[in-house]
Amino acid sequence: MPEWQPVWLSIKVAFVSLIFVVIFGVLFAHAMRKWEFGGKAAVEAIFALPLVLPPVVTGFLLLILIGKQGPVGRFLEEYFHTQIIFTPYAAILAGTVVAFPLMYQSTKAAFQGVDTKLEDAARTLGANERRVFWTVTLPLAWPGLLSGIVLSFARALGEFGATIMVAGNIPGKTQTIPLAIYFAAESNDMSRAGIYVLIISLITFSMIFWVNLWARKKHCAAPTKGVF
Amino acid sequence: MLSVDITKYLPDFTLNIQFTVESDILVLFGPSGCGKTTTLRSISGLLKPDIGRIVCDDQVFFDSDTDVFVPPRDRQIGYMFQDFALFPHMNVRKNIWYGVKYCEQEAAHMYEKLMSLLRIEHLAERNITQLSGGEKQRVALARALMAKPQILLLDEPLSSLDQETRLELQSELRSMQALWKIPFILVTHDPEEAQTMGTQVLFLEKGKPVDRGSLGMMEIEQSLRA
Repeated sequence: MPEWQPVWLSIKVAFVSLIFVVIFGVLFAHAMRKWEFGGKAAVEAIFALPLVLPPVVTGFLLLILIGKQGPVGRFLEEYFHTQIIFTPYAAILAGTVVAFPLMYQSTKAAFQGVDTKLEDAARTLGANERRVFWTVTLPLAWPGLLSGIVLSFARALGEFGATIMVAGNIPGKTQTIPLAIYFAAESNDMSRAGIYVLIISLITFSMIFWVNLWARKKHCAAPTKGVF
Repeated sequence: MLSVDITKYLPDFTLNIQFTVESDILVLFGPSGCGKTTTLRSISGLLKPDIGRIVCDDQVFFDSDTDVFVPPRDRQIGYMFQDFALFPHMNVRKNIWYGVKYCEQEAAHMYEKLMSLLRIEHLAERNITQLSGGEKQRVALARALMAKPQILLLDEPLSSLDQETRLELQSELRSMQALWKIPFILVTHDPEEAQTMGTQVLFLEKGKPVDRGSLGMMEIEQSLRA
């Protein structure tokens, strides 16, 4: 019987990462849609970088940043007498960084798909920008956001390369499902690896299945029948 | 009374328009791309003109000299979009109530009145996707009037409807204007509609008014053909 610790840790890491990813993804996608500024293309390219860079490279850059000698590492040590390197917090950071572009891109596309006339109609009906966003933009972009949420969660859950660089593989502390699979397979414990593979596949499958089922049942405004 | 005197530099031409409208129906009429919708968007505050002044009664909505620009939410201007722009994720009732910012009791009375006048009581709980073109037009009109606008802007509100519904709704719009007694500014490229609906007709061509006052049908058609 495999240990459940990697399963719970993976779910916790993916959920906490998802919270950050949703907040930052929606915030930045909304801001980038509203504002035009010099260097916008460069900022957007930086946002997409974790999607195209090998996760190990992302992990390496994070290691430089949060390592004991890195700027964030030194700041945390100096002001809070703590370190996040090789802790579950580092796994959360890695999950957040690699999943962010998926949420950002899905949200951006979803916002772009909202008919601006509907937002204008809300403005002429006396709504301020906040009300326009919460009552018109967000509900209409919701199917796209939902697909971003599912993709980001799955990405954070399956994160390996960046996680091993910054959180390491400390059984009982920072070992997530993908790390457990890799090290079980490496030590030829194929049945243990297989069970973890089954668990992670079941989690991701059921998420996509239920979200699709929900999207089909709920009468979404956007002409989508499912999210995937 | 609404007074408009604005200039907006557009890629193909410069929109330069001046007019005053009392509690009547002013028709902005002209071929596609002549600046009709730009005029409406400028009045509503969805677009900022480059130069000029827009004043409604004593309230200055826009003045380039004093750098005044009142955002659309504070102008109390109803806007009926060409495709109605009804919120597809809300039912008819929620759409109509969206712009209400006044006492609920008064709003409930206004809602009943509008639903009955426009004969859409039976549609209250319907989804927007389940409405016909004529029904959407009535719901959009109810939503705009429910917000108690000082002016109502109508951007080709009848263009997507069949002839029979169009005639019916033209008369409905006229009677609603007579009841509400606020300026209606209607945009159309249909000469017949311009003639039927307008107390004043302003013919626009490449951003400039060509003629004012009541144009004859023949003149309008000739202007369009020219």
